Amino acid sequence: MSVITLSVNGKDVAIPEGGSLLEATRAAGVEIPLLCHLDGLEPVGACRLCLVEVEGSNRLMPACTTAASEGMAIHTHTHQLLDYRRMAVELFFAEGNHICAFCVANGNCELQNVAVQVGMDHSRFPYQYPQRVVDASHPLFAIDHNRCILCTRCVRVCDEIEGAHVWDVGSRGSHCHIVAGLDQPWGEVDACTNCGKCVDVCPTGAIFHKEDTTAEKLRHSDRPALLKAARDEHVWRNQ
Amino acid sequence: MTTPEQSTPEPAAPETSAAGLPDRPKLRLATVWLAGCSGCHMSFLDLDEFLFDLAAVADVVFSPVGIDTKTYPENVDVCLVEGAVANVDNLELARIVRQRTRLVISFGDCAVTANVPGLRNLCASPNGSSQQAVLERGYLELADTGAQLPFAPGIVPELLPRVLPLHEVIAVDLFLPGCPPSAQRIKEAIAPLLAGERPVMEGAEMIRFG
Repeated sequence: MSVITLSVNGKDVAIPEGGSLLEATRAAGVEIPLLCHLDGLEPVGACRLCLVEVEGSNRLMPACTTAASEGMAIHTHTHQLLDYRRMAVELFFAEGNHICAFCVANGNCELQNVAVQVGMDHSRFPYQYPQRVVDASHPLFAIDHNRCILCTRCVRVCDEIEGAHVWDVGSRGSHCHIVAGLDQPWGEVDACTNCGKCVDVCPTGAIFHKEDTTAEKLRHSDRPALLKAARDEHVWRNQ
Repeated sequence: MTTPEQSTPEPAAPETSAAGLPDRPKLRLATVWLAGCSGCHMSFLDLDEFLFDLAAVADVVFSPVGIDTKTYPENVDVCLVEGAVANVDNLELARIVRQRTRLVISFGDCAVTANVPGLRNLCASPNGSSQQAVLERGYLELADTGAQLPFAPGIVPELLPRVLPLHEVIAVDLFLPGCPPSAQRIKEAIAPLLAGERPVMEGAEMIRFG
Protein backbone atom coordinates (compact mmCIF):
# COMPACT_ATOMS: atom_id res chain seq x y z
CA MET A 1 0.00 0.00 0.00
CA SER A 2 1.53 3.28 -1.02
CA VAL A 3 1.59 6.15 1.40
CA ILE A 4 1.31 9.90 0.91
CA THR A 5 2.71 12.52 3.20
CA LEU A 6 1.27 15.94 3.90
CA SER A 7 1.25 18.48 6.70
CA VAL A 8 -1.60 19.38 9.06
CA ASN A 9 -1.07 22.61 11.00
CA GLY A 10 2.66 22.26 10.32
CA LYS A 11 2.85 18.66 11.49
CA ASP A 12 3.86 16.02 8.94
CA VAL A 13 1.62 12.99 8.67
CA ALA A 14 1.57 9.90 6.46
CA ILE A 15 -1.68 8.24 5.42
CA PRO A 16 -2.56 5.51 2.90
CA GLU A 17 -3.03 6.74 -0.67
CA GLY A 18 -6.66 7.54 -1.43
CA GLY A 19 -7.32 8.84 2.06
CA SER A 20 -9.20 12.07 2.71
CA LEU A 21 -8.06 15.24 4.42
CA LEU A 22 -10.22 14.14 7.35
CA GLU A 23 -8.08 11.04 7.73
CA ALA A 24 -5.01 13.27 7.61
CA THR A 25 -6.36 15.47 10.41
CA ARG A 26 -7.07 12.37 12.48
CA ALA A 27 -3.57 11.08 11.83
CA ALA A 28 -2.29 14.40 13.14
CA GLY A 29 -4.44 14.07 16.25
CA VAL A 30 -6.44 17.17 15.31
CA GLU A 31 -10.16 17.23 16.03
CA ILE A 32 -12.48 19.22 13.78
CA PRO A 33 -16.25 19.51 14.22
CA LEU A 34 -18.30 17.10 12.08
CA LEU A 35 -22.05 16.80 11.61
CA CYS A 36 -22.93 15.17 8.30
CA HIS A 37 -19.91 12.87 8.26
CA LEU A 38 -20.32 9.46 9.82
CA ASP A 39 -17.72 6.71 9.70
CA GLY A 40 -19.16 3.83 7.68
CA LEU A 41 -21.13 6.07 5.30
CA GLU A 42 -19.97 7.75 2.09
CA PRO A 43 -18.97 11.37 2.81
CA VAL A 44 -20.98 14.15 1.11
CA GLY A 45 -19.63 17.45 2.50
CA ALA A 46 -23.12 18.74 3.35
CA CYS A 47 -22.62 20.52 6.68
CA ARG A 48 -19.42 22.47 5.85
CA LEU A 49 -18.17 22.29 9.43
CA CYS A 50 -15.00 20.40 8.43
CA LEU A 51 -13.82 23.09 6.01
CA VAL A 52 -10.03 23.50 6.07
CA GLU A 53 -7.55 25.84 4.41
CA VAL A 54 -5.27 24.31 1.82
CA GLU A 55 -2.09 26.25 1.08
CA GLY A 56 -2.02 27.39 -2.53
CA SER A 57 -5.80 27.31 -2.88
CA ASN A 58 -8.08 30.31 -2.45
CA ARG A 59 -11.05 28.06 -1.66
CA LEU A 60 -11.86 26.33 1.59
CA MET A 61 -12.16 22.56 1.22
CA PRO A 62 -14.39 20.13 3.15
CA ALA A 63 -11.96 17.71 4.78
CA CYS A 64 -14.36 14.77 4.56
CA THR A 65 -14.72 14.78 0.76
CA THR A 66 -11.34 16.16 -0.34
CA ALA A 67 -8.71 13.60 -1.27
CA ALA A 68 -5.34 14.11 0.36
CA SER A 69 -2.45 14.41 -2.04
CA GLU A 70 1.31 14.30 -1.72
CA GLY A 71 2.87 17.46 -0.27
CA MET A 72 -0.37 19.22 0.65
CA ALA A 73 -0.24 21.66 3.56
CA ILE A 74 -3.53 22.23 5.34
CA HIS A 75 -4.65 24.34 8.29
CA THR A 76 -7.64 23.40 10.39
CA HIS A 77 -8.00 26.04 13.10
CA THR A 78 -7.23 29.47 11.66
CA HIS A 79 -9.19 32.45 13.00
CA GLN A 80 -11.16 32.58 9.76
CA LEU A 81 -12.13 28.91 9.99
CA LEU A 82 -13.14 29.23 13.65
CA ASP A 83 -15.31 32.23 12.74
CA TYR A 84 -16.94 30.44 9.81
CA ARG A 85 -17.59 27.28 11.81
CA ARG A 86 -19.35 29.19 14.55
CA MET A 87 -21.38 31.09 11.96
CA ALA A 88 -22.33 27.82 10.24
CA VAL A 89 -23.57 26.34 13.51
CA GLU A 90 -25.51 29.52 14.34
CA LEU A 91 -27.12 29.30 10.91
CA PHE A 92 -28.20 25.72 11.60
CA PHE A 93 -30.00 26.89 14.73
CA ALA A 94 -31.49 29.99 13.08
CA GLU A 95 -32.59 28.12 9.97
CA GLY A 96 -34.68 25.37 11.63
CA ASN A 97 -36.89 25.16 14.70
CA HIS A 98 -34.48 23.75 17.27
CA ILE A 99 -36.01 24.04 20.74
CA CYS A 100 -33.60 22.00 22.87
CA ALA A 101 -35.73 22.30 26.01
CA PHE A 102 -38.35 19.75 24.93
CA CYS A 103 -36.48 17.83 22.23
CA VAL A 104 -36.15 14.02 22.37
CA ALA A 105 -32.42 14.40 21.77
CA ASN A 106 -31.76 17.05 24.43
CA GLY A 107 -28.48 16.19 26.15
CA ASN A 108 -27.66 13.61 23.50
CA CYS A 109 -27.60 15.71 20.35
CA GLU A 110 -24.71 16.21 17.96
CA LEU A 111 -25.97 19.68 16.98
CA GLN A 112 -25.94 20.72 20.65
CA ASN A 113 -22.47 19.24 20.96
CA VAL A 114 -20.98 21.09 17.99
CA ALA A 115 -22.52 24.31 19.32
CA VAL A 116 -20.49 23.78 22.48
CA GLN A 117 -17.44 22.79 20.42
CA VAL A 118 -17.47 26.03 18.40
CA GLY A 119 -18.24 28.16 21.47
CA MET A 120 -21.73 29.23 20.43
CA ASP A 121 -23.55 30.83 23.38
CA HIS A 122 -26.16 32.59 21.21
CA SER A 123 -27.11 33.06 17.56
CA ARG A 124 -26.23 36.36 15.94
CA PHE A 125 -28.66 35.51 13.13
CA PRO A 126 -32.40 36.06 13.58
CA TYR A 127 -34.42 32.84 13.86
CA GLN A 128 -36.41 32.05 10.73
CA TYR A 129 -39.26 29.95 12.17
CA PRO A 130 -39.91 28.02 8.93
CA GLN A 131 -43.19 26.16 8.52
CA ARG A 132 -42.34 22.47 8.76
CA VAL A 133 -44.26 19.30 9.52
CA VAL A 134 -44.04 16.17 11.65
CA ASP A 135 -44.71 12.82 9.94
CA ALA A 136 -45.81 10.28 12.54
CA SER A 137 -47.44 7.88 10.07
CA HIS A 138 -44.88 5.12 10.66
CA PRO A 139 -45.93 2.66 13.38
CA LEU A 140 -42.60 2.74 15.24
CA PHE A 141 -40.79 5.95 14.32
CA ALA A 142 -41.51 9.59 13.48
CA ILE A 143 -39.69 12.35 11.61
CA ASP A 144 -39.92 15.94 12.86
CA HIS A 145 -38.69 18.13 10.03
CA ASN A 146 -38.38 21.09 12.40
CA ARG A 147 -35.24 19.46 13.82
CA CYS A 148 -33.73 18.28 10.52
CA ILE A 149 -30.41 19.80 9.43
CA LEU A 150 -30.30 18.00 6.05
CA CYS A 151 -27.12 16.08 6.84
CA THR A 152 -28.52 13.19 4.72
CA ARG A 153 -27.16 10.53 7.04
CA CYS A 154 -30.60 8.84 6.96
CA VAL A 155 -30.60 8.90 3.17
CA ARG A 156 -27.15 7.33 3.03
CA VAL A 157 -27.55 4.70 5.73
CA CYS A 158 -30.82 3.48 4.22
CA ASP A 159 -29.30 3.29 0.75
CA GLU A 160 -25.76 2.11 1.51
CA ILE A 161 -26.19 -0.15 4.53
CA GLU A 162 -29.82 -1.25 4.59
CA GLY A 163 -30.26 -1.19 0.80
CA ALA A 164 -33.87 0.00 1.02
CA HIS A 165 -33.42 3.60 -0.16
CA VAL A 166 -36.53 4.88 1.56
CA TRP A 167 -35.17 8.39 2.01
CA ASP A 168 -34.23 11.09 -0.47
CA VAL A 169 -33.90 14.86 -0.65
CA GLY A 170 -36.70 16.89 -2.24
CA SER A 171 -37.16 20.52 -3.34
CA ARG A 172 -34.61 23.33 -3.36
CA GLY A 173 -33.24 26.11 -1.18
CA SER A 174 -35.20 26.85 1.98
CA HIS A 175 -37.87 24.34 0.89
CA CYS A 176 -35.34 21.52 0.74
CA HIS A 177 -36.45 18.60 2.90
CA ILE A 178 -36.06 14.88 3.41
CA VAL A 179 -38.74 12.83 1.62
CA ALA A 180 -39.86 9.26 2.25
CA GLY A 181 -40.52 7.07 -0.80
CA LEU A 182 -42.04 9.14 -3.59
CA ASP A 183 -42.68 12.04 -1.18
CA GLN A 184 -45.25 9.92 0.66
CA PRO A 185 -46.12 9.58 4.34
CA TRP A 186 -43.37 7.38 5.82
CA GLY A 187 -45.89 4.78 7.02
CA GLU A 188 -47.07 4.20 3.45
CA VAL A 189 -43.62 3.41 2.05
CA ASP A 190 -43.47 -0.35 1.45
CA ALA A 191 -39.69 -0.29 0.96
CA CYS A 192 -39.14 0.60 4.66
CA THR A 193 -37.96 -2.47 6.57
CA ASN A 194 -38.55 -0.89 10.02
CA CYS A 195 -34.83 -1.46 10.76
CA GLY A 196 -34.39 1.87 12.59
CA LYS A 197 -30.93 2.64 11.16
CA CYS A 198 -32.08 6.15 10.21
CA VAL A 199 -33.03 6.69 13.86
CA ASP A 200 -29.61 5.48 14.97
CA VAL A 201 -27.66 7.85 12.72
CA CYS A 202 -29.80 11.01 12.93
CA PRO A 203 -27.55 13.53 14.72
CA THR A 204 -30.49 15.52 16.14
CA GLY A 205 -33.97 14.63 17.35
CA ALA A 206 -35.42 14.76 13.81
CA ILE A 207 -35.90 10.99 13.47
CA PHE A 208 -36.83 9.21 16.68
CA HIS A 209 -38.56 6.25 18.28
CA LYS A 210 -42.16 7.16 19.06
CA GLU A 211 -41.88 5.96 22.65
CA ASP A 212 -39.04 8.42 23.37
CA THR A 213 -40.02 11.68 25.03
CA THR A 214 -37.92 14.70 26.06
CA ALA A 215 -34.21 13.92 26.42
CA GLU A 216 -34.79 10.16 26.05
CA LYS A 217 -33.29 9.53 22.61
CA LEU A 218 -30.01 7.66 22.78
CA ARG A 219 -27.25 7.89 20.20
CA HIS A 220 -26.14 4.89 18.16
CA SER A 221 -24.15 6.66 15.48
CA ASP A 222 -21.33 4.10 15.72
CA ARG A 223 -23.46 1.36 14.17
CA PRO A 224 -22.84 2.00 10.44
CA ALA A 225 -19.07 1.68 10.98
CA LEU A 226 -19.58 -1.57 12.90
CA LEU A 227 -21.82 -3.01 10.19
CA LYS A 228 -19.48 -1.93 7.41
CA ALA A 229 -16.49 -3.53 9.10
CA ALA A 230 -18.47 -6.70 9.67
CA ARG A 231 -19.44 -6.91 6.01
CA ASP A 232 -16.23 -5.73 4.33
CA GLU A 233 -13.63 -7.18 6.67
CA HIS A 234 -15.70 -9.88 8.39
CA VAL A 235 -14.70 -8.39 11.71
CA TRP A 236 -17.11 -7.50 14.46
CA ARG A 237 -15.37 -4.54 16.01
CA ASN A 238 -17.54 -4.52 19.10
CA GLN A 239 -16.46 -8.05 20.07
CA MET B 1 -25.82 40.63 10.33
CA THR B 2 -26.66 43.75 12.30
CA THR B 3 -25.48 42.86 15.75
CA PRO B 4 -23.33 45.69 17.05
CA GLU B 5 -20.03 44.94 18.66
CA GLN B 6 -21.02 44.60 22.25
CA SER B 7 -19.23 46.52 24.89
CA THR B 8 -18.37 44.54 27.96
CA PRO B 9 -18.43 46.85 30.94
CA GLU B 10 -17.05 45.19 34.01
CA PRO B 11 -18.97 45.37 37.24
CA ALA B 12 -17.52 47.12 40.24
CA ALA B 13 -15.10 44.84 41.98
CA PRO B 14 -15.82 44.83 45.68
CA GLU B 15 -12.45 44.36 47.29
CA THR B 16 -12.73 42.23 50.33
CA SER B 17 -10.74 42.56 53.50
CA ALA B 18 -9.09 39.63 55.23
CA ALA B 19 -12.34 39.00 57.08
CA GLY B 20 -14.14 38.67 53.76
CA LEU B 21 -16.15 41.84 54.35
CA PRO B 22 -16.43 44.30 51.52
CA ASP B 23 -14.45 47.50 51.88
CA ARG B 24 -16.36 49.13 49.07
CA PRO B 25 -20.11 49.49 48.60
CA LYS B 26 -21.77 46.20 47.80
CA LEU B 27 -22.40 45.12 44.22
CA ARG B 28 -25.87 46.16 43.11
CA LEU B 29 -27.51 43.04 41.66
CA ALA B 30 -30.88 42.80 39.93
CA THR B 31 -32.88 40.00 38.34
CA VAL B 32 -35.69 40.55 35.85
CA TRP B 33 -38.43 38.21 34.63
CA LEU B 34 -39.72 38.81 31.11
CA ALA B 35 -41.51 36.17 28.97
CA GLY B 36 -40.35 33.01 30.69
CA CYS B 37 -41.66 30.42 33.11
CA SER B 38 -39.59 31.65 36.12
CA GLY B 39 -37.65 28.38 35.99
CA CYS B 40 -34.38 30.31 35.72
CA HIS B 41 -35.29 32.19 38.88
CA MET B 42 -36.11 28.90 40.60
CA SER B 43 -32.68 27.67 39.52
CA PHE B 44 -31.19 30.87 40.96
CA LEU B 45 -32.87 30.14 44.30
CA ASP B 46 -31.43 26.64 44.00
CA LEU B 47 -28.02 28.23 44.70
CA ASP B 48 -28.82 27.38 48.33
CA GLU B 49 -26.07 28.40 50.75
CA PHE B 50 -24.20 30.32 48.03
CA LEU B 51 -27.02 32.86 48.38
CA PHE B 52 -25.56 33.74 51.80
CA ASP B 53 -22.14 34.32 50.23
CA LEU B 54 -23.83 36.38 47.56
CA ALA B 55 -25.74 38.44 50.12
CA ALA B 56 -22.45 39.25 51.85
CA VAL B 57 -21.06 41.00 48.78
CA ALA B 58 -24.15 42.05 46.82
CA ASP B 59 -27.39 43.91 47.45
CA VAL B 60 -30.40 42.66 45.53
CA VAL B 61 -31.92 45.95 44.37
CA PHE B 62 -34.65 44.58 42.06
CA SER B 63 -35.94 41.03 41.69
CA PRO B 64 -39.26 39.19 41.49
CA VAL B 65 -37.92 36.64 43.99
CA GLY B 66 -35.75 38.86 46.17
CA ILE B 67 -37.25 42.28 46.86
CA ASP B 68 -40.60 44.03 46.59
CA THR B 69 -39.40 47.14 44.72
CA LYS B 70 -41.55 47.81 41.66
CA THR B 71 -39.34 50.39 39.93
CA TYR B 72 -36.07 49.34 38.36
CA PRO B 73 -33.43 51.47 40.12
CA GLU B 74 -30.50 53.48 38.74
CA ASN B 75 -26.87 52.37 38.86
CA VAL B 76 -27.29 48.62 38.83
CA ASP B 77 -24.01 46.71 38.42
CA VAL B 78 -25.26 43.32 37.18
CA CYS B 79 -28.69 42.21 35.99
CA LEU B 80 -29.81 38.68 35.14
CA VAL B 81 -32.62 38.94 32.59
CA GLU B 82 -34.82 35.86 32.30
CA GLY B 83 -37.28 35.44 29.45
CA ALA B 84 -37.81 36.51 25.88
CA VAL B 85 -39.23 39.86 24.81
CA ALA B 86 -42.87 39.18 23.95
CA ASN B 87 -44.95 42.23 24.88
CA VAL B 88 -44.67 46.00 25.26
CA ASP B 89 -43.99 45.74 29.00
CA ASN B 90 -41.09 43.34 28.36
CA LEU B 91 -39.70 45.73 25.77
CA GLU B 92 -39.98 48.79 28.02
CA LEU B 93 -38.35 47.02 30.97
CA ALA B 94 -35.56 45.59 28.80
CA ARG B 95 -34.69 49.10 27.60
CA ILE B 96 -34.74 50.51 31.11
CA VAL B 97 -32.51 47.65 32.27
CA ARG B 98 -30.01 48.48 29.53
CA GLN B 99 -29.95 52.19 30.40
CA ARG B 100 -29.46 51.63 34.12
CA THR B 101 -27.22 48.54 34.21
CA ARG B 102 -23.51 48.11 33.62
CA LEU B 103 -23.50 44.38 32.84
CA VAL B 104 -26.62 42.76 31.38
CA ILE B 105 -26.74 38.95 31.37
CA SER B 106 -29.09 37.11 29.02
CA PHE B 107 -30.25 34.50 31.53
CA GLY B 108 -31.55 31.17 30.21
CA ASP B 109 -32.70 29.86 26.84
CA CYS B 110 -35.81 32.08 26.57
CA ALA B 111 -33.68 35.24 26.84
CA VAL B 112 -30.94 33.77 24.62
CA THR B 113 -33.04 32.10 21.89
CA ALA B 114 -36.74 33.02 22.57
CA ASN B 115 -37.17 29.25 23.20
CA VAL B 116 -40.73 28.17 24.09
CA PRO B 117 -42.34 31.66 24.19
CA GLY B 118 -40.95 32.14 20.67
CA LEU B 119 -42.97 29.19 19.35
CA ARG B 120 -45.85 31.55 18.59
CA ASN B 121 -43.65 33.01 15.85
CA LEU B 122 -44.50 29.80 13.95
CA CYS B 123 -48.09 31.10 13.64
CA ALA B 124 -46.94 34.26 11.86
CA SER B 125 -49.17 35.65 9.14
CA PRO B 126 -47.57 36.69 5.83
CA ASN B 127 -46.68 40.13 7.32
CA GLY B 128 -44.48 38.31 9.87
CA SER B 129 -46.68 39.02 12.90
CA SER B 130 -47.99 36.24 15.15
CA GLN B 131 -49.76 38.68 17.49
CA GLN B 132 -53.30 38.25 16.16
CA ALA B 133 -52.95 34.55 15.35
CA VAL B 134 -51.87 33.58 18.85
CA LEU B 135 -54.66 35.60 20.50
CA GLU B 136 -57.30 34.11 18.22
CA ARG B 137 -55.97 30.62 18.82
CA GLY B 138 -55.86 31.04 22.59
CA TYR B 139 -59.00 33.06 23.26
CA LEU B 140 -61.38 32.26 20.38
CA GLU B 141 -60.61 28.92 18.70
CA LEU B 142 -59.87 27.03 21.91
CA ALA B 143 -62.51 28.70 24.09
CA ASP B 144 -65.28 26.45 25.39
CA THR B 145 -67.52 29.34 26.38
CA GLY B 146 -67.33 33.13 26.40
CA ALA B 147 -64.89 33.45 23.53
CA GLN B 148 -63.52 36.99 23.46
CA LEU B 149 -60.20 38.70 22.92
CA PRO B 150 -58.68 40.37 26.00
CA PHE B 151 -58.96 44.15 25.79
CA ALA B 152 -57.77 46.25 28.71
CA PRO B 153 -55.59 49.12 27.45
CA GLY B 154 -53.01 50.17 30.00
CA ILE B 155 -53.57 47.05 32.11
CA VAL B 156 -52.94 44.03 29.92
CA PRO B 157 -49.76 44.69 27.91
CA GLU B 158 -50.08 44.36 24.16
CA LEU B 159 -48.19 41.55 22.46
CA LEU B 160 -45.35 42.45 20.12
CA PRO B 161 -45.66 41.17 16.54
CA ARG B 162 -42.88 38.64 17.19
CA VAL B 163 -41.21 37.20 20.27
CA LEU B 164 -37.52 38.14 20.26
CA PRO B 165 -34.37 37.03 22.06
CA LEU B 166 -33.10 39.75 24.41
CA HIS B 167 -30.01 40.54 22.31
CA GLU B 168 -32.19 41.46 19.32
CA VAL B 169 -33.68 44.26 21.46
CA ILE B 170 -30.81 45.52 23.63
CA ALA B 171 -27.05 44.94 23.74
CA VAL B 172 -26.19 41.99 25.97
CA ASP B 173 -22.85 41.62 27.75
CA LEU B 174 -22.93 37.95 28.73
CA PHE B 175 -24.95 34.92 27.61
CA LEU B 176 -25.92 32.27 30.16
CA PRO B 177 -27.92 29.64 28.25
CA GLY B 178 -29.79 26.64 29.65
CA CYS B 179 -33.38 25.63 30.25
CA PRO B 180 -32.90 26.39 33.01
CA PRO B 181 -29.19 27.03 33.58
CA SER B 182 -28.27 24.79 36.52
CA ALA B 183 -27.52 26.42 39.86
CA GLN B 184 -23.92 25.31 39.42
CA ARG B 185 -23.73 27.04 36.04
CA ILE B 186 -25.23 30.23 37.48
CA LYS B 187 -22.71 30.13 40.31
CA GLU B 188 -19.79 29.59 37.91
CA ALA B 189 -20.99 32.60 35.90
CA ILE B 190 -21.61 35.08 38.70
CA ALA B 191 -18.90 34.16 41.21
CA PRO B 192 -16.13 35.61 38.97
CA LEU B 193 -18.22 38.77 38.45
CA LEU B 194 -18.26 39.34 42.19
CA ALA B 195 -14.47 39.35 42.05
CA GLY B 196 -14.51 41.78 39.13
CA GLU B 197 -13.54 39.10 36.61
CA ARG B 198 -15.28 37.86 33.51
CA PRO B 199 -16.42 34.22 33.66
CA VAL B 200 -15.14 31.77 31.06
CA MET B 201 -18.23 30.69 29.14
CA GLU B 202 -16.89 27.55 27.46
CA GLY B 203 -17.69 23.86 27.47
CA ALA B 204 -20.88 21.85 27.84
CA GLU B 205 -21.15 22.63 31.54
CA MET B 206 -21.39 26.36 30.80
CA ILE B 207 -23.02 26.91 27.39
CA ARG B 208 -24.99 23.90 26.25
CA PHE B 209 -28.57 24.82 25.39
CA GLY B 210 -31.54 22.97 26.81
